Amino acid sequence: MEQLLNLFIRAVFIENMALSFFLGMCTFLAVSKKIQTAVGLGIAVIVVLAITVPLNNIIFNYLLVGGGLSWAGLPGVDLSFLGFISYIGVIAASVQILEMFLDKYVPALYNALGVFLPLITVNCAILGASLFMVERDYNFSESIVFGVGAGFGWALAIVALAGIREKMKYSDVPEGLRGLGIAFIVVGLMSLGFMSFGGISL
Amino acid sequence: MLREALIEPIFDNNPIALQILGICSALAVTTSMEVTMVMCIALTIVCALSNWCISLIRSFIPNNIRIIVQMTVISSLVILVDQVLKAVAYDTSKQLSVFVGLIITNCIVMGRAEAFAMQNRPIPSLMDGIGNGLGYSIVLVFVAFFRELFGSGKLYGVEIMPLVTEGGWYVPANIFLLPPIAFFLIGLFIWALRSWKPDQIEAPEYKIAPNSRTPVSEMS
Repeated sequence: MEQLLNLFIRAVFIENMALSFFLGMCTFLAVSKKIQTAVGLGIAVIVVLAITVPLNNIIFNYLLVGGGLSWAGLPGVDLSFLGFISYIGVIAASVQILEMFLDKYVPALYNALGVFLPLITVNCAILGASLFMVERDYNFSESIVFGVGAGFGWALAIVALAGIREKMKYSDVPEGLRGLGIAFIVVGLMSLGFMSFGGISL
Repeated sequence: MLREALIEPIFDNNPIALQILGICSALAVTTSMEVTMVMCIALTIVCALSNWCISLIRSFIPNNIRIIVQMTVISSLVILVDQVLKAVAYDTSKQLSVFVGLIITNCIVMGRAEAFAMQNRPIPSLMDGIGNGLGYSIVLVFVAFFRELFGSGKLYGVEIMPLVTEGGWYVPANIFLLPPIAFFLIGLFIWALRSWKPDQIEAPEYKIAPNSRTPVSEMS
């Protein structure tokens, strides 16, 4: 239990998806102009990560890894080279299902998320989390915790950045840096701040 | 037409600095020139080939499943690149860790397939893919150059400035090996690029009004 808690803290702060691995940067920079949309997108990312990482963990362990197919009587088959295409397939499919489910049963949340839901398919943080899960050999319960933690960390980062950018309209930025340039530098400073968590060993 | 498709994305319509595409996997792999070059070559190849393939089959792709078709083409190409890298340059592929796989969700590849290859003939699409790959590479090589030179005193693994720890004079600036510096370097790159090409400057969302207080002496 304690180990799972440590994993969660590490996924949120020390190994923050956005600020120490630069994953999901395109949406991170493009959709962080208002706090409200940032919160909506953050929630969507948490939900999708919490679903897809454990799902990909099952697929990896029971279908793709060498010897994983032994329950079907095929112990010699190693399909791990099909990893990328299956993970992205799972992600695209679960985003689609989630979209249909929300549309039918939770229309309020569906309307709040709007166009961001389908966009999440191409968010590298989602695929990145699945790939890290495979690389670090997480088991099923670890993968759930890691999925939720990674999503929470990403959401935290984008809401914080949106807060800073909302305040930035009061600042007089040099012409060439306006917009994207200064956003990069702000993210750099935030990432320096998050590095102070690096000294914590759990 | 071909020349434009090839040259334009490098400075005039740079995928990273102007289109905000493909920043995701770009930054973490720039601590050394060697790894960066492998990443750039991999991305340029994937981008060019996926543009070409998608452009070849563009009139047969039904509109509502086009994203899945594009994803399938791109991830097949990435699997190919990944397997070749594992066979030819195993150490580098270990250093790149998950980032080769992340080429699939690199928005440059998807974005160009969607924006250019779906409407254009195969050869211009191929050129556009190469051009965008080069535009991406320029930013990455710029960042990696400074990070490796100041972070470890080397370029391409060849010693330029001998380190103090090895009896030389250069004290390495460790911050250049840490993630945040990549953001600062890209920010500065954008600044330099926009000073050179002022038409890329974004219009201000808010303008700061000039100070409207009147001096005390005039108020009476």
